[in-house]
Amino acid sequence: MTARRSGGRGWALLGLTPFSAYVVLFLAVPTVLALGTGLFDGDGALTLDNLTGLLEPAVLRSFVDLLWLSGLTAVLGAIAGALICFSLLGTREDGWLRTGISAASGVLAQFGGVMLAFAFIALIGIQGLLTQWLLRTFDADIYEGGVWLYQVPGLILPYLYFQIPLMVITFMPAMSGLKPQWAEASATLGGTGAVFWWRIGFPVLAPSFLGSLLLLFANAFSSYGTAAALVSQGAPIVPLQVRAALISETVLGRENMAGALAIGMIVVMVVLMKAYSALQSRAERWMR
Amino acid sequence: MTASTPTGTRVQFRAVTKQYPGHRALDGVDLDIAPGEFVALLGPSGCGKTTALRSLAGLEQITDGEILLDGSDVAATPVNRRDMGMVFQSYSLFPHMTVLENVEFGLRMRKVGAASRRTRAEEALEMVGLGVHGKRFAHQLSGGQQQRVALARALVTRPKVLLLDEPLSALDAKVRVQLRDEIRRIQLELGITTLFVTHDQEEALAVADRVAVMKAGRIEQIGAPEDLYQRPSSAFVADFVGVSNRLPGTVSGGEIDVHGVLLPLLAPARPDGAAVALVRPEDVRFAAAGVAATVLTTSFLGALRRTRVALADGTELAVQHGTEVAPAEGAVVHLAFTGAPVALAD
Repeated sequence: MTARRSGGRGWALLGLTPFSAYVVLFLAVPTVLALGTGLFDGDGALTLDNLTGLLEPAVLRSFVDLLWLSGLTAVLGAIAGALICFSLLGTREDGWLRTGISAASGVLAQFGGVMLAFAFIALIGIQGLLTQWLLRTFDADIYEGGVWLYQVPGLILPYLYFQIPLMVITFMPAMSGLKPQWAEASATLGGTGAVFWWRIGFPVLAPSFLGSLLLLFANAFSSYGTAAALVSQGAPIVPLQVRAALISETVLGRENMAGALAIGMIVVMVVLMKAYSALQSRAERWMR
Repeated sequence: MTASTPTGTRVQFRAVTKQYPGHRALDGVDLDIAPGEFVALLGPSGCGKTTALRSLAGLEQITDGEILLDGSDVAATPVNRRDMGMVFQSYSLFPHMTVLENVEFGLRMRKVGAASRRTRAEEALEMVGLGVHGKRFAHQLSGGQQQRVALARALVTRPKVLLLDEPLSALDAKVRVQLRDEIRRIQLELGITTLFVTHDQEEALAVADRVAVMKAGRIEQIGAPEDLYQRPSSAFVADFVGVSNRLPGTVSGGEIDVHGVLLPLLAPARPDGAAVALVRPEDVRFAAAGVAATVLTTSFLGALRRTRVALADGTELAVQHGTEVAPAEGAVVHLAFTGAPVALAD
């Protein structure tokens, strides 16, 4: 029996091999390379110059902008997504509305990058359909104060486009996991509906909500495609700084700075993932 | 923890109906529970027993009829004002609160001061034997312990009625029996009116003052456990409460002839003709002479033994007897009947 079990485990581990190889090749190795290049100069000598470069005003500014962009879209996305989940609570789990929104969210959460940027340019770009319609119909110019879509504030709307669906697919299971018996127990013990949410519903959901919020933050923090497609002038956020350091035709010889920037991003991501893991573990314990 | 309402609360259902689209869960239920009485609602899945309990709790709105607590109709009273204590089938402790905070919850809702709240919650936990577990969380407790805490939480507010919705069904057999006995002990101690829903007849018979057997939204029969067992009013009750052998025979003059043996009927007014008698395994015994049968299997059940035999016409029946007799499989035995009155299958 034991031999059979260990044999089964062997086959199971074998099944994990392709995935493990993929993770090593395309996640672990690049991470080590990024870490490595950040600590060396162009001649291969060990240096801290790249890391101190992280304190340059332009780089610091790109971190700050990325952090507030990620924070803002995570908070807005989390609130909007949670409200959608709350609205869906009253619907049947296998009903068309819930399964439809769930399926759509699954697709839209992955709808970042050039496609999304193009969709926004086509809709609310300078020559966008909506922009021109508003201009013609109401004489309202949404770019009166500047062409914000192609700057950091302009990333908020496109980012929310994938943040809200991501919140729906990550938070809905937690929302559905609220046991009806908790509400009923609260009611039989004298609690009102508001008491249930204030004292039981919200506290029980808090770890899942915060965990999802962190996931959204990490999602925005590591996004590149949408920003790269929309923002063509300068490098206002860190992923675009990395691109500039690697391929800029005006600033040469800063490839190792890209490594240092990556180290900065990895540190933030590690902290986020650690916190996410702790929150998930608590959420799972409570929802069991 | 002492009983604040030693006389308990009288509960009455009067022609209570609960209609769902396309399905009538309760069909004119009448039930009168005396103050301090422990009544079990027993029946198969979908018979309406849980709906009846949830209607009393206020978790379901009844379609028609009245639910009275000490004579006052509470059908329109919201659940949080009905003053019920309820233990659910699935574990329902609030997972982010400690055991003590869980038990204090109902008192907090009643604006009981912190010191008194703490004292009463600790007393309630002592009562269920979990006084030292106050600082633990639900996930640190076994299933049986969680249900004990749920019981303490339900009782700490000294509710008018204790509602138990299959609270033992998720527990393993040994814990189930322990907790079942403990619930009964506490209920007697507090004198609290209790409605207990279960599909387990042994559980119902063991703890309840009276058992109401439900079928298709109606109460088929209500009575003391002994009455239900010995004098079932219908084949359904006879079949559902306890084990019954189904023996074909012929009714004549208030008796049924089963394999040449005349057995009295519980309801002798039955017209003459073919019928199926429901005979308890303990009303059949081995004898030196009688109806011949062949032993199929025999099972040791601890204090007694149950042997399955086949009659010459292929009818199978169970015989319950002492452990001193252990018939061999395939052996030919003879059966006699105790002559206890029997019910007839519909």
